[in-house]
Amino acid sequence: MPRGAFSAAGLAAALSLALTACSSPSSGPTGTGTGTGTGAQGGGGTLVVGVTSDPDTLFPWKATQFQAVNVLQNLYGTLTEFDKDLNVVPGLAESWEAGDGGRKLTLKLRQGVTFADGSAFDSKDVKSSLDQIMDEKTAAVARASLSSVKAVEAPDPHTVVLELTGPDAALPANLASVNLAMLSSDDTEEKLNATPNGTGPFRLAKRVASQSITLARNDAYWGPEKAKAATVEFRVIPDESSIVAAMQSGNVQLAVFNDPLVAQTAEGGGTITVAKTPQLNYHALQLNARKGDLKDVNVRLAIQCAIDRKQVLDTAALGEGEVTGPITAPAFKSDPNKRPCPTRDLAKAAEYLGKAGKAAGVTVKAIVSQGEYATSVNEAQNLKAQLAEAKINLELEVLESGAFVDRWVAADFDAAVALNGGRPDPDGSYGRYFTSDGNLNKVAGYSSPELDELFAQGKAATDQAARKAVYDKVAAELEENAAWIWLFAGYTYTATTANVSGFVPMASGSLQYLRTTSVG
Amino acid sequence: MTVLRNRFVRRVAETAGILFGVAVLVFVMLRAIPGDQITAGLGTEAAALTPAQRQALEQYYGLDQPLVTQFFSWLGNMFTGNFGYSARSQQSVLELTMNALPVTFELAVLSIVLALLIGVPLGMLAASRPNSVRDAAGQAVSLAGLSIPAFLLATTLLSVFAASFGFNPNGQGFATLLEDPLLNLRQMLLPALVLGFGIAAPILRTTRTAVLEVRSDDFVRTARAKGVPERRLQVRHVLGNALVPIVTMTGLQFGYLLGGAVVVEQIFSVPGIGRQVLLGIQQKEYAVVQSTVLVIALAFVLVNLVTDLLYRVIDPRVGAS
Repeated sequence: MPRGAFSAAGLAAALSLALTACSSPSSGPTGTGTGTGTGAQGGGGTLVVGVTSDPDTLFPWKATQFQAVNVLQNLYGTLTEFDKDLNVVPGLAESWEAGDGGRKLTLKLRQGVTFADGSAFDSKDVKSSLDQIMDEKTAAVARASLSSVKAVEAPDPHTVVLELTGPDAALPANLASVNLAMLSSDDTEEKLNATPNGTGPFRLAKRVASQSITLARNDAYWGPEKAKAATVEFRVIPDESSIVAAMQSGNVQLAVFNDPLVAQTAEGGGTITVAKTPQLNYHALQLNARKGDLKDVNVRLAIQCAIDRKQVLDTAALGEGEVTGPITAPAFKSDPNKRPCPTRDLAKAAEYLGKAGKAAGVTVKAIVSQGEYATSVNEAQNLKAQLAEAKINLELEVLESGAFVDRWVAADFDAAVALNGGRPDPDGSYGRYFTSDGNLNKVAGYSSPELDELFAQGKAATDQAARKAVYDKVAAELEENAAWIWLFAGYTYTATTANVSGFVPMASGSLQYLRTTSVG
Repeated sequence: MTVLRNRFVRRVAETAGILFGVAVLVFVMLRAIPGDQITAGLGTEAAALTPAQRQALEQYYGLDQPLVTQFFSWLGNMFTGNFGYSARSQQSVLELTMNALPVTFELAVLSIVLALLIGVPLGMLAASRPNSVRDAAGQAVSLAGLSIPAFLLATTLLSVFAASFGFNPNGQGFATLLEDPLLNLRQMLLPALVLGFGIAAPILRTTRTAVLEVRSDDFVRTARAKGVPERRLQVRHVLGNALVPIVTMTGLQFGYLLGGAVVVEQIFSVPGIGRQVLLGIQQKEYAVVQSTVLVIALAFVLVNLVTDLLYRVIDPRVGAS
């Protein structure tokens, strides 16, 4: 019996050694794995993208999760699109023209476009899609993006006319969101959750729940170039460090990280290239100007002056990012040096507290998410330390991400350390927060007649320079009233192995350029 | 016969009571966690929903029903084999569980085998000469197994093997034992090693203590006096009589493993039951969590039952009593 036991131990050891010995160092550039039907046609190989999570939905109108959006924007088409510099360019709509003093937007649709199931795309699908998105019963997340649309008409198969309540210069940019993807009028949510049917450069080939989702090139795609890779597999590897390990061993070829520490680790091995792209997303200390001491603009300004944003960036995010003002979109970017107290000024902070009659100090309670993003707690602790020097006691309430979202959604906080999503158009980013009837105004905690007027002007202006001037005023209004404290914008890190080429990272974090990516 | 039947009925009643208790507990705890499937799915975008949109979503997810109705409707469906549906995965919970449970079972078996191969011999070795160098070495291994966190050992092994040797089968898509046995075993090697090392520690300690206790019994001295060879004495007489606590400990650890080793499964991308529960909690997919936890509880009860039966095989006195 002991001999048997020792034999078993020896057998196990031998098995381990054999398994290790007969393992190949990698599965090669095609990254073939079990259970991943490739469906490759016409060459191009398989690109394996490492992701930490499975898409939580395959229905584009309800997708807000990063991973879901990244998959869906490769399956579905939108009326407009963004190019790599975030300019609005034609998508399923070849052109558009405003008329009737901005009260009508006529879109000419691209011809010869088909859905993945082979059915033709036309104006009936556009009308059906937009009507359903505007219907509250659909619970589409981008319904508010169409708030200026009164009615949708389809006078012929290739023309759609949107009747608007007034001019809306932000509408073409809003239409580029995958949350406003064009669906076939014959499809339903249930059907599409199981079998996506879009007009994008890829179609769904296979899904293994919680493990992988594989897209195959759509050979009927309308674009001038078909996708380079025959298949793209989004492989779920829940831990970011494990994704790095999978890239080092050649099993995964592309991944996007937000944590600077993980990006540094990936780059450290020497076999992975990491590209840094400034994000539209911004880190902020949201203040709820409708609560407690924060109702007083002087208290908010005192907080604004007591913070050295560069220190927050250096301490929490290894200096990986840029101090930012409210607007991060490249074409409308705010100048952080124009804010009150562009550098930390404790004397000024004390002066503001004195004006508020709070010279002895104030206490502000802040909610912080644990695990929602990598730097949250470090940011909060640094803010607390800095504010303490200005007699502002930031009481931190660190919450599990679900609990944080719950409190945030209910606007149940004085302040919140948050990473918010930026959009290419400032109206899309802030119109919903800081207009008095915006659907996120309760959470923003601040509005004013001046801001309402400025956002209306921004929508009405069609000239780019005029719009930039308006949104500069919006940024100034927000910062002079310290509606929130904007801190910094970080980077998105796109990690690729040596055999990957053609991928273009975007500030929006979009993976739409997977279609131009090839695996050598 | 009647005694046996009574025992059986009592056991079934106990199991049903335990499972009902677990069902109530999980149901209540899940609802006590802030948020619901709507906020879990939409994140902060849920703040932008109009009341009508929220109502439509509540209806879609069945959240508009009273809690008691939700509970008994779910429990009733369980009896008919309907474990619920995962909107995220677009699969029934039964299907998800049928895929995940064998993976977890395999990982648990491999981990336990490795743990026994490490723990029992080292425990016997340590007990063979208490307070000696070999005892100290055994204790050191046991201490390491207990103190090194699984996530640290797992991440270190994964990174070192991937970066230095290019060995990272877990970076490939997961293969089940039936699909590709060799790849599957390669993918299970490191996670089983990490879990096995951690579990080996309590097994080692239990073995050492049990062996030390049995060694001092009269029958061992008698056997030795009768000239039984030392190796035979240690294995057949000492270890044989020390098996009950070792089996108890192994059974307990196996039961825990069937609950899923969430951290190790996450790091090595093993699609087991632990990951299924974690994803369910993250997405607030109530049916997924409730049904899976109930299956785990049932597995735990069954493992305990098997352990009890094993006692009778190992030590006939247990059955007689």
